[in-house]
Amino acid sequence: MRHNVKGRKLNKTASHRKAMFANMSAQLYEHKQIKTTLPKAKELRKYAEKMITLGKKGDLNSLRQALKFLRHKEVVYKLFNDIAPNYKERNGGYTRVLKLGTRKGDAAEVAVIQLVEFDNETEIKPKKAKTEKVKADKPKVEEAVVEEAVVEEAVVEEAVVEEAVVEESEEPKEEKPEITEEIEKKDK
Amino acid sequence: MPVPKRKTSKAKAKSRKNHWKLTAKSTAKCPNCSAPVLSHRVCPSCGYYKGKAVIKVKAD
Repeated sequence: MRHNVKGRKLNKTASHRKAMFANMSAQLYEHKQIKTTLPKAKELRKYAEKMITLGKKGDLNSLRQALKFLRHKEVVYKLFNDIAPNYKERNGGYTRVLKLGTRKGDAAEVAVIQLVEFDNETEIKPKKAKTEKVKADKPKVEEAVVEEAVVEEAVVEEAVVEEAVVEESEEPKEEKPEITEEIEKKDK
Repeated sequence: MPVPKRKTSKAKAKSRKNHWKLTAKSTAKCPNCSAPVLSHRVCPSCGYYKGKAVIKVKAD
């Protein structure tokens, strides 16, 4: 009998489910670890691990099958080139689901799902600090651009005074790529 | 059809519910930060599970 093999429906239509797990798989390969509800994490294992198996095969047909499901070329290439080779010695069980307890708002059980071979690289930054940094940088950059335009039009004498201001305001602009690099490093 | 003759008194209802209790969840001690944790879950105070940092806790 084929009872209980179709998996959870999660209150979604088949297309909705498929799209969601394709997105979640892509995010998992990108970030090595994602946080979600426990039923979704458990269900995601099916999809994510099948893609890794395709990646281990690595032939053209499996590449096309992976593209059919994941639909993002960059993610599929990353999966085939960077992620799947690490699982050569492992037969299944490429992901790990860890329970985090219940969520405040709806008491839903929350879990973390991570790629097993990459669990040392996932130092997660608290989300709030990350968004604050990005927000704080953006307006400064815009100001710097505006002030530069003003300096070009202004008289030379004024330009000397304003150059000092511009130099100060340019500093955050230079910092910005470094910070995004840091975030990228930590995400890896 | 048989029906109750009397309304259940407050005392009767309450004494019946006397055996209807919540039980405290049993906790273990986190090996990393020695805070009480539920078993099979990531420690909410330090974010460790089985000796590894899983999540970054805000207070850290």
